[in-house]
Amino acid sequence: MTERPFRKVRLTGLLLLLLLAFLLDLSTGTVSISLKEILRVFLSPSTANPTWQFIVQGIRLPKACTAVLAGCGLSVGGLQMQTLFRNPLADPSILGVTAGASLGVAAVMLAGGSMATLFAIKELGMSGSWLIIGAACVGAGSTMLLVLILSRRLRDNVMMLIVGIMIGSITLALISIWQYFSNPEQVKDYLLWTFGSLGGVTGGQLSILAVVVVIGLTVAMMSSKMLDALLLGENYARSMGLSPRKARTVIICSTSILAGSITAFCGPIGFIGIAVPQIARFLFNTASHRILIPACCLIGTTLLLLCDAFAQLPGSQAVLPINIITSIIGSPLVIALLLRQTTVHTW
Amino acid sequence: MVAATPLLSTRNLQTGYHTGKRKIVVAGMLPDLRLEPGQLICLLGPNGSGKSTLLRTLSGLQPALGGEIHIEGVDRWSPAALARKISLVLTDRVSGNNLTVDSLVALGRYPWSGWLGRLNSADLSNIDWAIRATGIGPLRDRKIHTLSDGQSQKVMLARALAQNTPILMLDEPTAHLDLPSRIRLMRLLHKLARETRKAILLSTHELDLALQIADEVWLLHTGGQLHSGAPEDLVLNGTFEAAFAEEDVTFDIEAGNFLIYTPQEKPVMLAGEGPAFFWTRRALRRAGFEPVGKAILNIRVEQRQGHPIWLVERSGETGEYDSIRKLLQVIS
Repeated sequence: MTERPFRKVRLTGLLLLLLLAFLLDLSTGTVSISLKEILRVFLSPSTANPTWQFIVQGIRLPKACTAVLAGCGLSVGGLQMQTLFRNPLADPSILGVTAGASLGVAAVMLAGGSMATLFAIKELGMSGSWLIIGAACVGAGSTMLLVLILSRRLRDNVMMLIVGIMIGSITLALISIWQYFSNPEQVKDYLLWTFGSLGGVTGGQLSILAVVVVIGLTVAMMSSKMLDALLLGENYARSMGLSPRKARTVIICSTSILAGSITAFCGPIGFIGIAVPQIARFLFNTASHRILIPACCLIGTTLLLLCDAFAQLPGSQAVLPINIITSIIGSPLVIALLLRQTTVHTW
Repeated sequence: MVAATPLLSTRNLQTGYHTGKRKIVVAGMLPDLRLEPGQLICLLGPNGSGKSTLLRTLSGLQPALGGEIHIEGVDRWSPAALARKISLVLTDRVSGNNLTVDSLVALGRYPWSGWLGRLNSADLSNIDWAIRATGIGPLRDRKIHTLSDGQSQKVMLARALAQNTPILMLDEPTAHLDLPSRIRLMRLLHKLARETRKAILLSTHELDLALQIADEVWLLHTGGQLHSGAPEDLVLNGTFEAAFAEEDVTFDIEAGNFLIYTPQEKPVMLAGEGPAFFWTRRALRRAGFEPVGKAILNIRVEQRQGHPIWLVERSGETGEYDSIRKLLQVIS
């Protein structure tokens, strides 16, 4: 029973850290803006430097909001997959939905390079173009549909895991075929997209992403009781009145919506989905998804904001792709946690 | 007296599996079975006779190949409603990440709690009762993966008890337990059946424990026939021996256990009484001697100053030994 106050302390600490990370993310970039100036932009806009006001409100705020949405969505999706498949290595891309989104994008960017496509990309800009987003959504949506249809016919989750990985691998093979027959320019454009970017999502796109992610998270929260039961394995879950097929459908829907939409808008962002659930379990020392889902949101958001801030390479003009930073920061973090955990377990 | 509608009853039940389009029948000739409140039933049978399949079918984990299963007289149940009638302890190993004993037992309230899984006072009192009944109070804050097999078995039983269903089914709950734990578990189940009027069905390989404690035994034969009855009846009419007997195993109807070594032809005359006599007879049988009325080899077990002593007489020669090992060395 001493667990509860501790949990509150950790929760408050994480919230503060999140706020800090958010402000840090707003202040770093090609021009460094001090925290005082950032606060002035929000609290008394009339006295603020108009250029900085534009940079903060027009570019950095949408980017930070995208980081929040992606951080929540990917880590909760990862948590759901790890519980559904009882495998700590599972992440949202395991269902093949991310690969499906990539296939959609590859189809648009690489498919023969038809005039209309190239024109659309030139006119609307590369990242954040509606065409790319639309294609990614179609790709992710159809993969999700395929996965759902197959999941109705499969008996257990291990088979589901294998099918998800197979679908992902077929999809990636199709992309490779396209790459093989495309010219280097197009392949480079596609490669840039696969590095992921939180930057291009603004205005109407951001609101759409927000609505979709909130829907996905709500479904995830509603599935928390099912996820708890699945911890005991499918047989026990069934004996407690859970219908495994129904649970699987709900969980796959939620994860696909989250991973599909985020990949469509930001490109494939790896690692957050694997790492954050482990960190959440370690910090909150619980298996209850009612606590783990909000915890994942907090930690995922904070981690992605920090990664984005570091991606700006303080003091330089260069911006590293977000995907690289998540792995470079995330992997040592997970290794460190695992090492601490083993020492606890051995005694 | 038998209640009008039993908790569980079957008609023409067939168990087995579907693989693709093929049916694999495990037990096709099951008699009609009944579970009554307060009954402890042991499901016995050799390996591969289909005990687990029958349990899984009765509990709704897998569909029956044919026939009907009625629970409280009704044969169609939604998974959620069924979970309020039957709880299970399975052989599946649970190693949930970060799961504490407390929260695992609390999961037993799953069929009763709201959509987010919040627990009310009724849920909490059920959980407390289950933890007290199984005596796992000191383990409450432990993580599941740190428990021993015996502890983990008790925790899974507590989870099933927290589910608070009129029927409780356990698949080989005594596997992996040491002898005292097995006896304690069986006694606990017996007590639960009496005090809570639950119907408890368990599969086990502990023949002698089952014979002592079961109100009824369901004896499953390889090939899928099932005989049910009071354990003593099944022993007396030879069903018990028929189920397990193979060339090298025989059932000793007087001792109530199975003999590994077939009796051999070396005659011995054995006299004495008490435990020392009983264990000497066992040792002699193992060594290939058959106690008979009159023989050249004559062994007498006596008590001298509170310790047993073995007196041997063979063609006029005599000897005195203070352990069965020395006795066997001399006469072999």
